[in-house]
Amino acid sequence: MLSRAADNLYWLNRYVERAESMARILGVAHRMSMQSTHGGTRNDEWEAALIIAGCDKSFALHGGPPTRRAVIDFLAFAPDNPSSIHACLKAGRENARAMRAQITSEAWESINAAWLEMRTFSMAKVEADGFNTFFDWVRERSQLFRGVAEGTMQRDDAYRFMRLGTLLERADSTARILDVKYHVLLPSAADIGGAVDYYQWGALLRSVSAFRIYRQIYRDSIRPLKVAELLVLREDFPRSLHACFAEIVQILQYLRESYRRDYPSVRLAESMLLKLRYDDIDSIFTRGLHEYLTSLIDTNIELGAAIAHDFMQPN
Amino acid sequence: MPLTAFDEMDLGPAASQTQSQSQSGQAQSQGSSVRAPYRDYKRWLDAAPGDMLARRRQEADLLFRRLGITFAVYGEGGDTERLIPFDVVPRIIAAKEWKRLRRGLKQRVKALNAFLDDIYHKREILRAGTIPEDLILKNAAYVNHMRDVTIARQTYTHIAGIDLVRTAENEFYVLEDNCRTPSGVSYMLENREAMMRLFPDLFAQVRVAPVGHYPDALLQTLRDSAPPNCDAEPTVALLTPGVYNSAYFEHVFLAEQMGIELVEGGDLVVKDDIVYMRTVGGLKRVDVLYRRLDDDFLDPKVFRKDSMIGVPGIFAAYKAGNITLSNAVGTGVADDKSIYPYVPDMVRFYLGEEPILANVPTYVLRRPDDLKYTLEHLGELVVKEVHGSGGYGMLVGPKSTAAEIETFRAKIIAKPEAYIAQPTLALSTCPTFVESGIAPRHVDLRPFVLSGETMRVVPGGLTRVALREGSLVVNSSQGGGTKDTWVLEEDESDDIAAGEDD
Repeated sequence: MLSRAADNLYWLNRYVERAESMARILGVAHRMSMQSTHGGTRNDEWEAALIIAGCDKSFALHGGPPTRRAVIDFLAFAPDNPSSIHACLKAGRENARAMRAQITSEAWESINAAWLEMRTFSMAKVEADGFNTFFDWVRERSQLFRGVAEGTMQRDDAYRFMRLGTLLERADSTARILDVKYHVLLPSAADIGGAVDYYQWGALLRSVSAFRIYRQIYRDSIRPLKVAELLVLREDFPRSLHACFAEIVQILQYLRESYRRDYPSVRLAESMLLKLRYDDIDSIFTRGLHEYLTSLIDTNIELGAAIAHDFMQPN
Repeated sequence: MPLTAFDEMDLGPAASQTQSQSQSGQAQSQGSSVRAPYRDYKRWLDAAPGDMLARRRQEADLLFRRLGITFAVYGEGGDTERLIPFDVVPRIIAAKEWKRLRRGLKQRVKALNAFLDDIYHKREILRAGTIPEDLILKNAAYVNHMRDVTIARQTYTHIAGIDLVRTAENEFYVLEDNCRTPSGVSYMLENREAMMRLFPDLFAQVRVAPVGHYPDALLQTLRDSAPPNCDAEPTVALLTPGVYNSAYFEHVFLAEQMGIELVEGGDLVVKDDIVYMRTVGGLKRVDVLYRRLDDDFLDPKVFRKDSMIGVPGIFAAYKAGNITLSNAVGTGVADDKSIYPYVPDMVRFYLGEEPILANVPTYVLRRPDDLKYTLEHLGELVVKEVHGSGGYGMLVGPKSTAAEIETFRAKIIAKPEAYIAQPTLALSTCPTFVESGIAPRHVDLRPFVLSGETMRVVPGGLTRVALREGSLVVNSSQGGGTKDTWVLEEDESDDIAAGEDD
């Protein structure tokens, strides 16, 4: 397939996944803010949402405090914020439009319909109807798009690059969402194991659809170590970094064999996967979870650049 | 307008008076006054509930919006995609009429291809004096670089769109030949899809020849045109100017339907006179390029130097016989307005046949007799600039003031060779769903003729309709719409769908 098409499709799925992640980040912040013990006078959760989304600097340029309203408006609706849900769905739809010949009509209709519906939402409407309704809608539309693509598309390179987009973005998002805990509250000694801590880790699990899975796997109360283990190291949890990288490596190895070339991106992904396979959570915590996550996020960015270089840039 | 327009559905004035009432539920007693091709449709329509068409049209709008079947462009930023109004009443053509049209279309395109080959090689038609030499050789659309270039099958216009208007029973005129990059076929296909979705019961009652195989026929045509030194299965791609082009939707649609790559100039690279596309697996050779990019922009090394959307070196690869461009470079000279009056002569010259399809009678003002007649009858004629398009540089006599006519007269006298003149025709009308119900509106028709190893014409075409009452303007930029075009099938042994009759 064309390099340009691979690039477009990869980004199409990154945008759709990013919109979903943004809804998840806002959802967890919203939930945490409702269970906050400091009566909603502080904006920790919303500030954290901006940091996780990588939008704290651009938000600061707008001025004003990071209130719930201001942050949701900025991360969900601001057309001039390239990471907002609005901007992501728009860009995703643009990429899909440009690549209509490469995706099924069902996939195109799904993303096009999502964008058309997105335009009917506004801050005022969402405030009136409830934020969660909107966050749920974004997640559902993203899931629907992926499901439609999964259910209709040929397993060709177009599909593979779309999957790569989803997986890289998802790995990035899971690492960032897990890191929320670091940003929200550097736990004071009194909090650890307390009610606040419990609710925050619980909210985090829910934000990645892992609450029930956690219970099933661990049959234990919610403990930070295990939450982190689930999100980073468990290969059987679909949003974990390990699961994402297992599939990324599979796809890249397929491409390597298919085109009989040696690609630096494949080796980088393979080394990343080995780390995730053999690291254990105790040593990660000893070294510092935040530092560990930051390094994963950096490697992930590096991998994105390597994939672009290997497959998508004109030779 | 001196004449009453030919109504394609209704036979006489008695019937047309009650047309708009059928939607308000009143009984139609004029069943017998409906022309044969429309009889089944009319019966179905009369039995349908009064508000049915209005509801289906709303559905159609939603459908087209959801499918993103849009035209026009981005450009200034913001969302400027627009829908072409879609009319839910089909235009119906009888099998017998279509067969004659199809024969005429094939004949005409065969002659146009022969003409193009001739003027870039032997120039027999010029030596015979059938067409004045300077008309061709000094024509802005004549591409000198194509002189003596050998192309596969000597076929120049693989895809031609011939614009037709109807004026009476069995009377179609060719209004214009489009031999460069005719567009609109995606609407022909999507209109049919929409109609089948909106009116499934109707298709069970009326036997409409299918058009859905057009992309197959197009792909076959393109493969047929592969250069002789392509010894494997030819790789075909579609070259688009990009997402900002007004026909981009169509480019995507056709590439998707044919399962070929949709490429932009930047996706292609020429090495040693061979054209490659950049793919994730490296460079891949391209053999046939269905290009929807004008000659001028194709290759900055040969044509416009400032073209950013072209492919440097592609013309050299073309001349070397390493790639086929569809349509060929330089076909524009065949659809120029100054050449149009000579197409019937081409049919006689190259095929030794009488033209089946007539031209609109045309006065060529470089001929003294034609000039004299035109100047005496300016108030009745339409005068067109030979290189004009899109309705610019035109005089519509019956709709102009005396002062406008005099101004134009001076222009014609100063440079007669720059003009042609035609009588105003009483264009046919077709029932169309408008605010007031069903009413007659003017239509034209663009069927698409494919020239590969065989010639193929999918039964139908793009019908454009002027939605405003009395208007003859069908252009989408001026409020025109489209409608599905039905060619009826006669019986089981019918060859309409195959498009083969010779």
